[in-house]
Amino acid sequence: MSLKLGVPSKGRLMEKTFDWFAARGITLSRTGSDREYAGAVEGAEGVELVLLAAGEIPRELAAGRIHLGVTGSDLVREKLAAWERQVGALTRLGFGHADLIIAVPRFWVDVETLDDLDAAAAAFRAAHGHRLRIATKYHRLVRDFLREAGVADYALVDSQGATEGTVKNETAEAIADITSTGETLRANHLKILTDGCVHRSEATLFKSRNAAWGDREVAALEQVKRMLELRD
Amino acid sequence: MAEKSASLAEALRHRAAFETLGAQVVEADILQPADVLLDLYGEDIRGRAFTTTDPIRGEQMLRPDFTVPVVQMHMSGRVTPARYTYAGEVFRRQERDPSRPPEYMQVGFEIFGGEDPAAADAEVFTAIADRVAPLGLGASTGDYGILIAAVRGLSTTEARKAALLRHIWRPRRFRQLLDRFGGKTPRSEERLALLNNADPLADAGPEIGLRRRADVMARIEALRADAAEPPLGAGEVELLDTILDLRETAPNVLANLRDIAVDLPAIDDAVDRLDARLSALDAAGVDVETLPFEASYARTAMEYYDGFVFGFSAPGRPDLPPVATGGRYDALTRILGGGRASPAVGGVIRPDLVLSLGEGAA
Repeated sequence: MSLKLGVPSKGRLMEKTFDWFAARGITLSRTGSDREYAGAVEGAEGVELVLLAAGEIPRELAAGRIHLGVTGSDLVREKLAAWERQVGALTRLGFGHADLIIAVPRFWVDVETLDDLDAAAAAFRAAHGHRLRIATKYHRLVRDFLREAGVADYALVDSQGATEGTVKNETAEAIADITSTGETLRANHLKILTDGCVHRSEATLFKSRNAAWGDREVAALEQVKRMLELRD
Repeated sequence: MAEKSASLAEALRHRAAFETLGAQVVEADILQPADVLLDLYGEDIRGRAFTTTDPIRGEQMLRPDFTVPVVQMHMSGRVTPARYTYAGEVFRRQERDPSRPPEYMQVGFEIFGGEDPAAADAEVFTAIADRVAPLGLGASTGDYGILIAAVRGLSTTEARKAALLRHIWRPRRFRQLLDRFGGKTPRSEERLALLNNADPLADAGPEIGLRRRADVMARIEALRADAAEPPLGAGEVELLDTILDLRETAPNVLANLRDIAVDLPAIDDAVDRLDARLSALDAAGVDVETLPFEASYARTAMEYYDGFVFGFSAPGRPDLPPVATGGRYDALTRILGGGRASPAVGGVIRPDLVLSLGEGAA
């Protein structure tokens, strides 16, 4: 068996991950045709590259089918219950920054904080007969965050894409989504609550606690950690 | 963890004992409509209950407890008073603690109606206490009714009282509201500017979504009205804090509350009810002198209770959930009763914990 390293299979996240490893002497590359998800590793012994959708990497780490994986810290927290028991964060990679935030229409001049959101939700439910809907795909993270903050009378509605448009389309009253620059929010007439940052996400190298760690995988990990200048 | 068949046999043993107290055996569907539970508990219930969907019935939840279906069943009938017992599995998602089971048995005893709530409280408490007596558990008691009455009795606006009552089960948010209403948290510059702005929606951007400009303006008016009110008196906040911190034997708490009621007469009736309950417990043979009472008992855990609450836990085992819990939930019957209400009090036992603690004791 070799040490399996899961890396996002496409896009900027893949390219930046390749660059990050290359700068530390480990060359990752895709092999075969553009459509084939196969990869090669040079510069580290006994390491096998597994290309996966970023969203699947948390699950594969938890299942122990890969030993290491690069993905967003938001995805690990959202998809894995008691995530710290299943994976360990080895290092942040310094890219893929994105904040999971709660945003409301800009014209809600009475709502700046979670406290306001809670009061607005109570009044909204009384006036409109249903709970104030927040569109998101990060159900667990957002629910935990709002419970901790003591916000009530809201409902999460699922939105897997174009979440910023749900308010205008009247399928939600507010949103919880990932943003990096806030431009899409502004274009959709939304603003971020001052205390509405649920999680600051960053591409992170995770280690599986559930994978089979034999002598060869441990040796390969030690070498990778030396090259990446990581301590435990 | 006890075997499932052993848990069931243990549950049925307790159910039979509740039957001898005149309780009728009832069953409840495992699949419960999600909308009722979501309306009651809000989004949090999704983190605690299993949700599934049926193409015809829509979103369903695996019953997280029996209380809601039993209340619905009782309120749709006409018979009152009534007493019920049930045994079966409940289902709880465990997102944090993998050692806690996602399904386990519960056996319960519920009393609806009756002329004498204190006697019904005492009867449910002793019925449950008798069942777990061999385990040498520690009892805890509390009473949400005291805190609710104290909030209702504050000399402030109905809007502030409603906001506090809405968050009575969320201690942190409750505290933030008290700090704000008490003038401890100053208004931000932005908030002051908003309140003083004659046309706050002038550069606010387009009106999108179902929460309309009228909703925004209504809230601004409410904020302005609140800003015009004097802060909650420091003396009253102090009285509330004193009540929240009460943690003593029941007779000592009662004496304390009698003192507090001199300054906060709104709690008189609730304190009378506590007094009557303690007398009823005493008459039922409970050692009231040493019975612990906490005004904040289980304040974060038992959202639908609005009066007496109690629990039995294994001493020295903070890793285990309570073996039995219960309380009064009159308000829940009003919410689910479609205009009707009934006094109601009940409790549940976890037979799996009874078995595993019993083995340890044997």
